[in-house]
Amino acid sequence: MRSSTAPTELDRPRGREDLHRDRPWLVIVWNDPINLMSYVTYVFQKLFGYPREKAHRLMLQVHNEGRAVVSQGTREKAELDTSRLHAHGLWATMKKDD
Amino acid sequence: MAGPRVRRTRRGTYRLGISRRERDLLRSLPGQLRTALEASDPSTVRLFPPAHPDDAEASDRYRALVGDDLLEGRLGALDTMEATLDAPELDEEQINAWLKTLNDVRLVLGTQLDVSEEPEPLPRDHPDAPRLAVYGYLGWLVSEIVEALSEDLRD
Repeated sequence: MRSSTAPTELDRPRGREDLHRDRPWLVIVWNDPINLMSYVTYVFQKLFGYPREKAHRLMLQVHNEGRAVVSQGTREKAELDTSRLHAHGLWATMKKDD
Repeated sequence: MAGPRVRRTRRGTYRLGISRRERDLLRSLPGQLRTALEASDPSTVRLFPPAHPDDAEASDRYRALVGDDLLEGRLGALDTMEATLDAPELDEEQINAWLKTLNDVRLVLGTQLDVSEEPEPLPRDHPDAPRLAVYGYLGWLVSEIVEALSEDLRD
């Protein structure tokens, strides 16, 4: 949060749209009652090359908090990652970071 | 039987220590999944989630983009499992096809049975009891395969 000073010229060229364009797309995996915890961990390792510890932590976040951001990037990358997760039966969605 | 039932061999294949009875149980599953997928049975909806839950139009575009590939991938995996049902050993591609198909069948069964995370056992004469037993067995087999495959991944 910035302190309150008058807007300067520097702020102007970077409008809302530019900021919006810079934000990555997030791929989110949601908890479901069917997929096994070990299977979800395995899929995160296999698809994203994450070390076991990171994959396990993300799986626990999905399990305990109901969802976790598992990857991010351009829209095309998010689409690809979402489809790979869907191919493995995980409940994945994507959205622009806000 | 002691020890893991799915074991990686020195040649890099996977040996499945499952009985004839278990294979006979598994035999019908790929065909059932194929029928459900080809009929777009409501229980297969779980296999094709909307990518953009708050934007139906974007979800439709996503589906138009990847829907066919997702379906073909699933049909290819179940074909592989069907063709290797009696094989004592599987290569890496084949065991991954088994894993995907077994997990897909669990997702479809779990959707049909509307399971919770820890389903209560049903009385033997309950109409859903046989399917819940298969669901439980598949969970065990999936976890055995995952354990064997995880050994090859980096820590």
